[in-house]
Amino acid sequence: MPKLVLQNIRKSFGANAVLNGIDLTVEDGEMVCLIGASGSGKSTLLRTINLLDPLDDGEIFLDGADIADPELDPQPIRQRIGMVFQSYNLFPHMTAEENVMLAPRRIKNRTREDLHPEIAALFEKFGLADRMQHYPDQLSGGQQQRVAIVRALAMRPEIMLFDEITSALDPELVGEVLDVLRALKAQGMTMILATHEMQFAREAADKVCFLEAGRILEEGAPQDVLANPREERTRAFLSRVL
Amino acid sequence: MADNTSQTASGLTRRQLHERRVQRRSLLVAGSSTVAVLLALILLVPLAPGWERVKASFFDWEVFRQTFPTLLEAFLLDVAIFAWCAPLIAIWALVIAICRDVRSPALYPLRLFAMLYTDIFRGVPVILVVYLIGFGIPGLGLPRPWNSPYIWGSLALILTYSAYVAEIYRSGIESIHQSQRNAALSLGLSNADTMRYVVLPQAIRRVVPANMNMLIALQKDVALLSFIGPVEIFRQAGVFKSLLANFTPYVVAAVIFLAITIPATRFADHLIAKQNRQRS
Repeated sequence: MPKLVLQNIRKSFGANAVLNGIDLTVEDGEMVCLIGASGSGKSTLLRTINLLDPLDDGEIFLDGADIADPELDPQPIRQRIGMVFQSYNLFPHMTAEENVMLAPRRIKNRTREDLHPEIAALFEKFGLADRMQHYPDQLSGGQQQRVAIVRALAMRPEIMLFDEITSALDPELVGEVLDVLRALKAQGMTMILATHEMQFAREAADKVCFLEAGRILEEGAPQDVLANPREERTRAFLSRVL
Repeated sequence: MADNTSQTASGLTRRQLHERRVQRRSLLVAGSSTVAVLLALILLVPLAPGWERVKASFFDWEVFRQTFPTLLEAFLLDVAIFAWCAPLIAIWALVIAICRDVRSPALYPLRLFAMLYTDIFRGVPVILVVYLIGFGIPGLGLPRPWNSPYIWGSLALILTYSAYVAEIYRSGIESIHQSQRNAALSLGLSNADTMRYVVLPQAIRRVVPANMNMLIALQKDVALLSFIGPVEIFRQAGVFKSLLANFTPYVVAAVIFLAITIPATRFADHLIAKQNRQRS
């Protein structure tokens, strides 16, 4: 059974239709990259999967169960889906460690002492061992974004959503964040990324989807979509960004 | 060509020399104009026909010395009333602010209550609330100590000030960017936990300077309780005025208030400036 299946996702903001019937299947352990111009619906799609924006129509099956049912409480579902944002969105009044511990402590009722070893291991793994007691404004953009990833991972999500997580970073800091994604992929994490990093998508993605005007215009293996696009508009987009 | 830097003989650049000259000039202008105004006041006011009478009834040094210790003691009562009102205002205002923010339909009555509450207590003069509660509730014939004007006067201040402080909290809550809530919700936190651990700590910190100003206003408004009984500094000054047929005690009271409020105001300004620096 696929990990995640999207069927006919539709979402409008007022008269502006942002998602126009998206169908997408994500297998367990797959990395799917969403590419496309700004405003093509990538971010909105990720936000609807995490139920931050309620969708107007369509179904989202996580392990075969529809999580987009409006009657469901979104809270326990969000705990199974991690999300990382372009602007990091760390909590500025907490240290890196407190940022990471907040959700496990409040939701799973775990204690600091109990959590410390596994969280320290996560910081260590992503090169942040000496940054646990720092506040977000004492960290570089790349470090903040890695802390944000650790924060999402601490809830042990089954699937991770990344919303243009390198777009706000200085070019020399992009690499360290992409390394984290490579490590997660090696670990078998199921991931969906909205990204402008075409080089990374070509090298690491299992599937690339080109979005335009709220539709998936073309999808397939990166060597097909990125190197030999079928659609004229995919080609036009790629010639602008590559 | 010779050495082509703009260094001058003094070792300063042209720009630094220029800035130093400008600074000296403005200090000189500010200083001399201040002295001129002060001199004019000192020389001109005594020329007014009633000055001798005003001086005798408002600025009598002997009366000042005589009444100062008692008034200072009476001021301690103001400080005490302030000290127990301030934390209760901080808590009650937070409750009101949170009530105004609840979205659940089942809790709509709470929201309605908070809206009416802030509308009513911000719309009525403080002195009226002090009168209505301070005279009205003891009028129910409650037994001691429940007929004390201290309790009901303080309650009037707490109710009124909480309405203003609640609005300040609310502006703080609304100033926290939606992305912070989204980040918390995406981790699976409930709305209540998001408010408690993510939004409120940031919001309360952000409105500390604004609340400092409310505290300063509260310290002054404690004097309004004098109208319903407690012999605090304003009422004590009135007693002295009648006793000595002299207004100097009011000036003493003003001086004592200023000794507290001016440093507090400067401190609040300092906090605001610090916050602005951090945000820019």
